[in-house]
Amino acid sequence: MGRRYSADPKQVRIYHEAGGRPHDRRERDRPTVTGMTEPDGWSDAALAGALFAIDPAGLGGVSLRGGAGPVRDRWLALLRGALTAEAPWRRVPHNIGDDGLLGGLDLPATLRAGRPIAQRGVLTAADGGVVLLAMAERVSAMTVARLAASLDEGVVALERDGLALRLPARFGVVALDEGLAEDERPPAALLDRLAFHVDLGLVDPRMGDTLSVDGAAIAAARARLAAIRVEPEIVDAVCATAMALGIASLRAPILALRAATAIAALDGRPAVTAADAATAARLVLAPRATRLPEAAQPEQTDPEPAEPDAGPENEQQDDQQPNLDQPLADIVLEAARAALPPDVLARLLSTGAPQRVRSTGKAGAVQRSLRRGRPIGVAQGELRMGARLHLVETLKAAAPWQKLRHIERAGASQPPETPRVETRRVEVRRGDFRIQRFRHRSQTLTIFVVDASGSSALNRLAEAKGAVELLLADCYVRRDKVALVAFRGKGADLLLPPTNALARAKRCLAGLPGGGGTPIAAGLDAAALLADAARRAGMTPIVTLLTDGRANVAADGSFDRARAEADAIAAARRIRAAGHAALLIDTAPRPDERTSRLGAELGARYLKLPRADAAGLAAMIQETARASAPASSPRAAA
Amino acid sequence: MSTIATTRPVFPFAAVVGQDEAKLALLIAAVDSSVGGVLIFGDRGTGKSTAVRGLAALLPRMRAIEGCRYACDPARRSTWCPDCLAAHGPMPPKTTMLPVPVVDLPLGATEDRVVGALDLEKALAQGVKAFEPGLLARANRGFLYIDEANLLEDHLVDLLLDVAASGENVVEREGLSIRHPARFVLIGSGNPEEGELRPQLLDRFGLSVEVSTPGDLPTRIEVVRRRDAFERDPVGFEASWKKSSDRLRRSIAAARGRLNDIVVPDAALERAATLCIRLGTDGLRGELTLIRAARAVAALDGEAAVGDAQLRRIAQPALRHRLRRNPLDEASGGTRVARAVDEVFAA
Repeated sequence: MGRRYSADPKQVRIYHEAGGRPHDRRERDRPTVTGMTEPDGWSDAALAGALFAIDPAGLGGVSLRGGAGPVRDRWLALLRGALTAEAPWRRVPHNIGDDGLLGGLDLPATLRAGRPIAQRGVLTAADGGVVLLAMAERVSAMTVARLAASLDEGVVALERDGLALRLPARFGVVALDEGLAEDERPPAALLDRLAFHVDLGLVDPRMGDTLSVDGAAIAAARARLAAIRVEPEIVDAVCATAMALGIASLRAPILALRAATAIAALDGRPAVTAADAATAARLVLAPRATRLPEAAQPEQTDPEPAEPDAGPENEQQDDQQPNLDQPLADIVLEAARAALPPDVLARLLSTGAPQRVRSTGKAGAVQRSLRRGRPIGVAQGELRMGARLHLVETLKAAAPWQKLRHIERAGASQPPETPRVETRRVEVRRGDFRIQRFRHRSQTLTIFVVDASGSSALNRLAEAKGAVELLLADCYVRRDKVALVAFRGKGADLLLPPTNALARAKRCLAGLPGGGGTPIAAGLDAAALLADAARRAGMTPIVTLLTDGRANVAADGSFDRARAEADAIAAARRIRAAGHAALLIDTAPRPDERTSRLGAELGARYLKLPRADAAGLAAMIQETARASAPASSPRAAA
Repeated sequence: MSTIATTRPVFPFAAVVGQDEAKLALLIAAVDSSVGGVLIFGDRGTGKSTAVRGLAALLPRMRAIEGCRYACDPARRSTWCPDCLAAHGPMPPKTTMLPVPVVDLPLGATEDRVVGALDLEKALAQGVKAFEPGLLARANRGFLYIDEANLLEDHLVDLLLDVAASGENVVEREGLSIRHPARFVLIGSGNPEEGELRPQLLDRFGLSVEVSTPGDLPTRIEVVRRRDAFERDPVGFEASWKKSSDRLRRSIAAARGRLNDIVVPDAALERAATLCIRLGTDGLRGELTLIRAARAVAALDGEAAVGDAQLRRIAQPALRHRLRRNPLDEASGGTRVARAVDEVFAA
């Protein structure tokens, strides 16, 4: 706990309680942090929770990475205790629909009352409290966009089912990120808006006691929050730190300043101090770092001494020249740098280029919740098997006739044995049924598996890249998703997870170096994993392998031509057995039967590169897609 | 219908730091709505929607027929809705001053709320078939803003394109048969990382703006400071920018007044045509938008005629999305336009 949070422990009152029931869960198989325990992990996590509880809507939220387990439960209990008892606490499943999230027409109530009654969605119900987003790593871009709109505006703009409302929705989000792989993270659009990115994997799960936070202290801090001053130098220092760490979004320094304000409020200080800013930088900025600070600020090492403490009064709007080199910025930056997560550090040191966070959620929810097709409107129809009744539209169809039908019914029921129909009851007849129509087109994911080995590079890596570009253009027309796997040397890399952003695919490809062995088996295995995931998400994957077929690195990475070829064939058979469609583009200058044999084992359509002109390739891949789309039969109910 | 959240003060347009191209494009749309919509694409956290929402507070009020649900323009009878045509004879109708609508199309909006639909309350309670206008009606003569335009459901996009092109909303549903004017400027924003915009939609925007996070520290600090100041005291912040806002509002009004008097010399037309030929833009829409936008810029600048300066300033947003697309060439549109501009204007 070297650079510790400087708060007076009496005031913060994070204290130890007698431990709860010991959890007899199995040890979490988290990556060990070089054997040492991380006491800072939990105290920072707890501090983030306490600060979040002070200002949930202002700080946006917490991304809580780590599977379900005692540590997460403890953290959530801590947060619950820190919030006021009446603060809403709403769980949102990752595949929630618009009705549930935003609200809509409350049909039972509407029918009872005979006038439209609105039903609140989770976001409005959570006003003043916290939204718990389950499985945030799988949440769809759609859901995130709706959450983001409410986080930004503090309201839910509801324009649904004949309702037009703006309802207050000031809430904070706890994104429960259960992702395991590096790229399995909540969408960037969400992370950008959440102040704290807490990794519970850094917390020792065998902690003896439960930590708790004093709700009264939090409440007092909340009351003080608005009065806390932030000097302009603090703003400058936080901005400089964010920039030095390579954080592009301007939301990050804004959130860090709010966190610093909450820290000062918690400690009962009237203004944010340098130490508060440093702590905030550690909590908010460090997890967002994309580069090491040294490389970023050679121009800031001007030794020109700056006025250390300019009063707040002489800080004018026009006075835009911040003191870049004042020591304050260094203090804040140092705190952030010291807290860079170890993996970030390693990654930055080894490659210098950070891996960008995926911008949309792991393929899942969009496809899954809309998997039944793209809604293309509503039509009159029969309630046959599988058809989905659109209740609101049905009600609307029935509504104009109610008066008439009641009169009609009253006239027809002359015999007194028929019970009187309540006039308020809405009479729906068969002709009123409105059916939601969908157009179902299973989205295609084209997985390019590109051979970037030395032999391929010699042969025609450039031409293979050209061929992929042709295919990409075709994908663009059909708005397919693409993914890019490259294999060379000892293994395969997922260069681009499934995405719509084809320009990124092209950039990835352009920067792809060639050289090394030919581990076809590794490439195919990586593609098979992706294809399986895509199919689970309801997409139709097509594996497109570009290689010259001279496998010489076995699945285990050893250099053995015979085993390499056997492994490649085994991998190909697995893909074929899984039923994934495949296409093999032979890039060899003199194609031989080894490659065509691999193609046969893969169950792939086989194409030699010399023939692979734009039209031929496009036709081929389309044919492959059509032939292999078992789940994509058009389904239009009604 | 029930609780309405109190509208928070919006961040003043005049206080938006940087983003000159986006601000210029929005001002052009405010001066001359015939330029077509504005598309703002760019990084996260650059305040795309802040600029758009700020525009709403900046627009001079407009005169409308009193009681009209579509805020028909009393001066232009040809654009009136059927209700106004039926209700008002040759005598000039009573009018009222209204704020120009800047309507948000929230994600998750259902089709019935966008186009308008049967008034459920009247239908259920009174058995009356009445039309309840939707967002398109509310946006008439104003702006329709779609944040995250690339995430909008396809069937809504189709619908919007259709209405935006015709200026009229035709509703045929639930036994209703209604048509009403829906002339609005479409403003879309989004993040390219969330997926590209459908090409059909892209074409419909008059101006296409790319925004990025400011890369220099002083600008970034200024953004954060102003944001912080605004959040601490929205009302006070708004007041401190009132002068600039008023000045901007007056210049929009003045530019509108001047617009029809701006001369477009043959030389400017020729420049525009040469530029479009050089770039190989499809159709004439590019040239038309370029000239119109340049005219609006001249009006804003207080110039009497369109010159090279205006064409240069607006060439990128007017043309970058109209180049024959190579879908894989990202952002190269702007660079290609810049190069062509340099060549054409050097001559």
